[in-house]
This record gives sequence, C-alpha cells and structure tokens, in this order.
Amino acid sequence: MNPMTTSNNSGGCGGSEAVDPGRRDVLKFLAVGATMATGAACDLEGFFRKSFRELSPADVRRMVTGWERKYSRKYGKAVTVSEAGPIDGVKFGYGLDLSRCVGCRRCVYACVEENNQSRKEPQIQWIRVLEMDKAHGIDINHSDIYYDAAEVPRPGKFYMPVQCQQCDDPPCVKTCPVGATWKEKDGIVVIDYDWCIGCRCCMSACPYGARHFNWAEPSLPAQEMNPKTHVLGNRPRPKGVVEKCTFCIQRTREGQYPACVEICPVGARKFGNLLDPESEIRQAMDNKRVFILKEELATHPSFFYFYAT
Amino acid sequence: MFWMALAMTLSGAVAQGTHVPPPQAVKPPVKHQLVEAKAPPLTDGIFPCTQCHNEKVNGKLNTTRRELQFHDDIQAEFHHDSENRWCLDCHDAKNRDVLHLTSGAPVTFTESYKLCGQCHGDKYRDWKRGVHGKRIGQWNGEKTYLLCVHCHNPHSPRFKPIKPLPPPIRPSEMKR
Repeated sequence: MNPMTTSNNSGGCGGSEAVDPGRRDVLKFLAVGATMATGAACDLEGFFRKSFRELSPADVRRMVTGWERKYSRKYGKAVTVSEAGPIDGVKFGYGLDLSRCVGCRRCVYACVEENNQSRKEPQIQWIRVLEMDKAHGIDINHSDIYYDAAEVPRPGKFYMPVQCQQCDDPPCVKTCPVGATWKEKDGIVVIDYDWCIGCRCCMSACPYGARHFNWAEPSLPAQEMNPKTHVLGNRPRPKGVVEKCTFCIQRTREGQYPACVEICPVGARKFGNLLDPESEIRQAMDNKRVFILKEELATHPSFFYFYAT
Repeated sequence: MFWMALAMTLSGAVAQGTHVPPPQAVKPPVKHQLVEAKAPPLTDGIFPCTQCHNEKVNGKLNTTRRELQFHDDIQAEFHHDSENRWCLDCHDAKNRDVLHLTSGAPVTFTESYKLCGQCHGDKYRDWKRGVHGKRIGQWNGEKTYLLCVHCHNPHSPRFKPIKPLPPPIRPSEMKR
C-alpha cells in the first residue's frame, strides 16, 4: 500500500516508507495523477510548493484560502486560517509561578480545545504537568505526569507544567533535516506541517519533551474543532507530523493572551512582551526569583518559572 | 587650515549629534489599558444589607464581638484570622452597605481590594503590577484585571483543593 496515493494531506510528503529512488519517481507520478483526477488543485499546488519561508505573501494567501475551503468543508463550519506574521518590537515571554500552580490540569485541556489537538488515539497534549516532591525539589527523574488524585494540590507535592519553552537557541530547529521548523522573529518556534517528514529528530533533540507526534490520523470531532486557526499553529494536522505549543500563535499575534493563561484558576501563568518593561512577564522577571528549566543546556528559553512568594 | 576644517567638522558633528534624538532600540511600548472587572455578585437578595441591618428594625447597635443568630453559613466558614477578627473589623457598623478601612474610611464592595491591601501589602503591590492575580483580554491592549474577591472568598481566602482533570493516557494504553 502506498501512503502517497492514500493519504489526503496537502503536503504530499506523507510517504515515509523506504522506497528506492526510481520507484519513488513513478509513485510520485501516480500520486500526482491521482490528485489531478480528484480535481483538488490546491493539493496539487501544495505538492509542488516551495518551503514556507520561500513563499511570497500572495502564494501564502492562495494556499491559505485553499485550506480554508478544505477545512470548512471537512468540519462543516466557517474555518479561518490566519497567516499573521510577527509584530514589530515584540518578543514573547512566558512566566509560570511555581509557588501558585496547584496541578489541576485546566491548562492542559484548554490548550487541547484551543489548538485542535488529537483527542484520543493518538491523544496529544502540549502541556504536561509534572508532580514532584517538595522534599526533592525540582527533580525531573522522580516526577510523575500521570498522577490521578481526588484533590490537588496533594500534601508534600508541588506541580510544574512543562510545554514548549520557545528556546532562543532551539535544538529542535538545529536538528531538523528539512528545515520544517524554525524560530520566528517574535520568538515562537513554529512547524510547517506540510514540510515535516515525520522523522522525529526534533522530538529526540528537545530536552523538554515538548514535541508530539501524530502516530495516526488525528481524532478531532467536527463539533469540537476550533475554527479560528493559524497556518503555523492550530490548523488541523495531518497524520505523521510533529506538533507543539506555539504560545497560541493564532491568539497572541492578534493581541490576545494564550488560552492557558486565561483558564488558569490560580493566576499562575503570565504572558507578554519581553521588550515592554510594563508587561506582566517583565514585572515578574524584574521583581521575583526566576528559574530556567535545564538552564545548563544553554537553550535560552523564552519560558521562565518564577516564585512569587 | 586642515586642522581648523577638521575641528569645525567635528564640532559640527557633535552639535548635530545633540539635535538628533538617540535611536530607539525598541518601539515605545503599547499603552496598556487596565480595565477593572465587574465585581462578583453578592449572594442573591443579601444586598443592600441595610434592609435588615437597620437600627429601626434591630434597635440599639451592638458592636461587641459575639456569636450571631444569623449569617450561619458565613460564621461556619469564616477562616480569616478568625481568632482576632470578626465581622465589624471589615464591615462598617454604621452603614452596612459599605466596608471600612482601619482608619474608618468607608470602602464600597466594588473596591474591596483596598481593604485587602491594608494587611496583604505585598500581594497588593504584586497585583497592581500584574504578577499576582489574573488579567484577561489583550496582552498588548485592553486588559481586564480580576479583583481579589473573584478568586478568594473574603471570609475564607485560602484556595480549597480541587479535583484535577484526568491524567494523560500512557503510551502503553494507546492504540497505534
């Protein structure tokens, strides 16, 4: 079975099976033929398109319009795909107050809903909440992400949510063999889902376990699909690509706070522009004790843990 | 002649330099507009307090600390330095529709954070900076800030434990 002819992703790079180069050309030809036969012009364009960063704004606009049509048809609602770029003079930063987090996982599920993650099989969650012993301090090796308590916070425990740290020197970007992931000017590390070949090198390079792989066709019920999407963010992903937190790029580039910030019942999450001294994140960094996760790896995260008390 | 010309050029450059504003590394930050969230509603039918707390109804005003025959629910949950404080340390005895500061100055229920800030000065300071508490809306524009009483029950301010949402499925339990 050739995945190229069966997969319906627009990137046309779904084939990850080992195929010899001669056969690959033939299959490519067949795949193109199949796409033409179905009349999906946008898929054909996607198949031949250049890497995202080489596209002209007009090309991106055309592609985005194609996706909007495709997703609107698939999910039965008016889906918008934004291609909004970084805002000048903005470098996003995120703060998480370790002295406040109670480990309730409200952020995890708000993120899943906002960002159209696969609900189950495969279940994908961009935020992992680590439960750790107060006696041990921050000790990832003895942390538990599967804690299932009747009530949190549990005595003697503290909680540390971990998601993409949007590093300034991101190991995932360095390791990607095809340049499908990169860092934007506002600090967000993004993925081009149509360029990703699913090799998962970035997942093994990431020291934070922040990247997740669609092992199967994502399960996203149409009624739960968030129709406000971004091309590099929460638009529906095909099978076989990697995804991760984008600081809710579809929200934050329009000035909104990320979904996890707004849901947090204890106000432990802070977000804003690192270049603006009045922003909440800068106020936290300037006045509180700040902790950087795995600082010794020199990944230079844009995500800062702090202790307000 | 050469030196004079050089000196003139240099002084010109310096003089020019004083007129050119220094380059801005960063654009001036967007002005944040802070919007106060609407105070959470009081219990239905409880306000205005003067409908019951009324000298005409209750006779003489008694300000000594005691067990009350009413507000049982609040008395039961009251846990806010309850050893040393009681109702009238925050609620105004003369006008029950307002609170009062330690100075005696009245404070409306919608501005209760001023009252909280008297004791919890560090939290009050952090809250004004946006470090304590929660803001929603726009990170670069109109921010709505929640008040102390949106998250904390003023009679029992410590957060109660809550049920966490379900843990993630272990990879071993996931079908591929």
